[in-house]
Amino acid sequence: MSISIRNISKQFGTFQALDDVSIDIPSGELVALLGPSGCGKTTLLRIIAGLDYADRGQILLDGDDASARHVRERRVGFVFQHYALFRHMSIADNVAFGLRVRPRRERLAEAEIRRRVKRLLELVQLDWLADRFPPQLSGGQRQRIALARALAVEPKVLLLDEPFGALDAKVRKELRRWLRQLHDEIHVTSVFVTHDQEEALEVADRVVVINKGKVEQIGTPEAVYDHPATPFVANFLGSVNLFHGRVEDGHLHLGEHALALGAGGGSEGRAVAFVRPHEFDLVPGWHADGGLPARILRVAAAGPSAQIEVSRVDGEVIEVTISRDAFQLLGLAEGDQVSLRPRHIRVFQAEALAA
Amino acid sequence: MSTSIALHAGSLERAETASTREPAWAKVVLISVALSFFAVFLLLPLGTVFAEALRKGWGAYLEALVNRDAWDAIRLTLITAAIAVPLNLVFGVAAAWSIAKFEFRGKRLLITFIDLPFSVSPVISGLIYVLLFGAQGWFGPWLQEHDIQIIFAVPGIVLATIFVTFPFVARELIPLMEAQGSEEEEAAVVLGASGWQVFWHITLPNIKWGLLYGVILCNARAMGEFGAVSVVSGHIRGQTNTMPLYVEILYNEYNYAAAFAVASLLALLAIVTLALKTLVERQTRRQLQEIAATSESET
Amino acid sequence: MASVKRFSPLPGFGLAMGYTLVYLTLVVLIPLTAVGTKTLTMGLDAFWAAVSSPRVVASYQLSFGASLLAAAINVVFGLIFAWVLVRYRFPGKGLIDALVDLPFALPTAVAGIALATIHSENGPVGKLLEPWGIEIAYTPNGVLLALVFIGLPFVVRTVQPVLADLEKEVEEAAAGLGASRGQTFLRIILPHIGPALLTGFAMAFARAVGEYGSVIFIAGNVPMVSEITPLLIITKLEQYDYAGATAVASVMLVFSFVLLLIINGLQGWMHHRYARGA
Repeated sequence: MSISIRNISKQFGTFQALDDVSIDIPSGELVALLGPSGCGKTTLLRIIAGLDYADRGQILLDGDDASARHVRERRVGFVFQHYALFRHMSIADNVAFGLRVRPRRERLAEAEIRRRVKRLLELVQLDWLADRFPPQLSGGQRQRIALARALAVEPKVLLLDEPFGALDAKVRKELRRWLRQLHDEIHVTSVFVTHDQEEALEVADRVVVINKGKVEQIGTPEAVYDHPATPFVANFLGSVNLFHGRVEDGHLHLGEHALALGAGGGSEGRAVAFVRPHEFDLVPGWHADGGLPARILRVAAAGPSAQIEVSRVDGEVIEVTISRDAFQLLGLAEGDQVSLRPRHIRVFQAEALAA
Repeated sequence: MSTSIALHAGSLERAETASTREPAWAKVVLISVALSFFAVFLLLPLGTVFAEALRKGWGAYLEALVNRDAWDAIRLTLITAAIAVPLNLVFGVAAAWSIAKFEFRGKRLLITFIDLPFSVSPVISGLIYVLLFGAQGWFGPWLQEHDIQIIFAVPGIVLATIFVTFPFVARELIPLMEAQGSEEEEAAVVLGASGWQVFWHITLPNIKWGLLYGVILCNARAMGEFGAVSVVSGHIRGQTNTMPLYVEILYNEYNYAAAFAVASLLALLAIVTLALKTLVERQTRRQLQEIAATSESET
Repeated sequence: MASVKRFSPLPGFGLAMGYTLVYLTLVVLIPLTAVGTKTLTMGLDAFWAAVSSPRVVASYQLSFGASLLAAAINVVFGLIFAWVLVRYRFPGKGLIDALVDLPFALPTAVAGIALATIHSENGPVGKLLEPWGIEIAYTPNGVLLALVFIGLPFVVRTVQPVLADLEKEVEEAAAGLGASRGQTFLRIILPHIGPALLTGFAMAFARAVGEYGSVIFIAGNVPMVSEITPLLIITKLEQYDYAGATAVASVMLVFSFVLLLIINGLQGWMHHRYARGA
């Protein structure tokens, strides 16, 4: 089922939680709503589910306006951040709940319900836990049960609120890979909320970046990472180095140094520029012909890449990441002079940052 | 007022280490003070009730209980509780549902209003119904015309009892349901459950211990209330005597053994109440710990 | 209600809230306003005469004085009880923990006749005290004793969880910084449980002022000496002095409401103070 979010606005008192948000999610896609905490992403998810309502705007499910439809009739699956498993019911009863509360004439036979519960528990690979109770399960297991319970009613849409937020790092990584596989198996339109950019970029087909109640950018993980539309997106996705300067005749001027900007280097005037740590080339020594002169402060070379902290002449610290092999070939040490040559600079007019 | 505080998440005991320990003499003194106070102020009165009741032997004890007046008092006490407790139970659930599961303006004020009967002297709790339904009261003339007796009759006793036991269930449920939040209910609604299904299958099982706790306290007070019913009863023997009122009459007639015999039944009720309360508290504490555990991150 | 209430996906707000308000109004609010309206019909002079006659003033002095004293005594012993229940292990602890609530559970009339019997001159305690010239039953001392009895659980049950919640590390830190056990108690523990003690004090006080059943059997009820205000209200009622009874009641009601607001404020403060995480 496709989801269309049309001009949704929502206020809590004087706080503007969502401001004219529009997103189209095609059927079968897995979409991440990504943003810092308090940006309105969870509110948007709850509005899609019908757990909250919008002050303005519409939610279309498969083209039909669902705004007036009660949450019970929307046929969405919702996975809560803290799972909201029914404490006093066994795992099997939890999963069966949505099937058992149906009106009598639509209800499946008990044997069929049990069959389906068993299948779902197998799907989430936890059929051996059917008779346990939620407090006896680990966080990751609860999460998967919550998912099985949501899938039991065969929802047209699956909504997940910070699905991995309460788990520790290792389990989180496992589970998100598993969620991606599961989605590829069942292909139900899915939206999940997260504040973790790594998670969004790894799992989702498309990422919606939200900040202060507004959509900043919608695109594939590659698109939002490589071509951020706004300074916020550039800053929020991955680590990034920030430069304040001026754009004049195709160059970014930073103090007395200038960096050439390729074609279409941006409009003239005060600007901020972003360069990711891995987008620098490092050249030993200071060179007049180009690159920012700097000095190596610290090197952390454990792992596949070397994290290098360099300081510019004015003292500003810049992070650079290059492969460990490349770093060893350069033969640099802490305290050495280097020139930084960015391969890729993203420039935004300075006013855009304030917005 | 304080009962809700007893429902506390953490264990009420802690281990001590060397740096947080008092000198041994201080410990001995404190425990001795507590034990003596306990013996004189709590144990002695309780023991006295049974000792005095049996002073003249089991025969006299049974005689004091097996007679028409005593039986009438017991019956009226049971009837009163049987009306007041369910009414306040339904109210408590409704109030807690609206207060704990929804956000609305004036919530704190509503909670304060619900607390009011706790802060009113039992005597005044009776007085207000005299002012409403007594011969000189608001509805007095109308009631007399229609030959309806409320004050100095059973309905007055029931009303006064409802008033003094009004907050018990609500006061237990509100903090419990607030602590539990609404996520489970929301999850049930998303899964297609109707309002009643949510209440019966999700909310009720989650609050059952708190509910029981409130009912136990409510019932103890309903059966034991003295001041308020004393004002509205008119002390008509065999008609408007609850057990506590009957105790008073016997005592004032210097029939101490009989007074304590009836009192011993009420004391038994208190002991059963405390035993149940302790059991339920243990359950609730475990449940609250579960809530704390399930909402924490763990793997 | 749309403007008052935030949207919720859960059903039943209208029904539950409607029932709550109707029941609250019928059972509590309307009856309580009867005191107000009755008082208003009296006229100021009659009201003043009723609430300031010497016998009434003497009853205030006894009720409020004894209640304050009883609540203060309860703070001391309540703290000791809470302390030993939270910190120590000793035989009979489980029994004490359960029976601390006895004054809540024991009907007040039963408590009243038991206390009167124990402390009368032939009673087990009265007999012991008589040679020393100490009389409890049928004197203001008896009032105080009964009020201490009924107020104890309020302090214990408010302080106990707060004391249990105090992190051991805090005390260890204090000890590590060189504080003696006494200093740790005065500077770390006492400030921590202060709000709870105060709340317990206010609750015990509020309960004591209105208490009737456990007091009247042991008080002797001598006008001007050992007659508490609630009893005076009943006496006036029995003399068909409804206006006088209501006037005295209204004074007590106003006092109770103010105390209730103070207690609610204190509890809000406690909640704020002791809330963790959030």
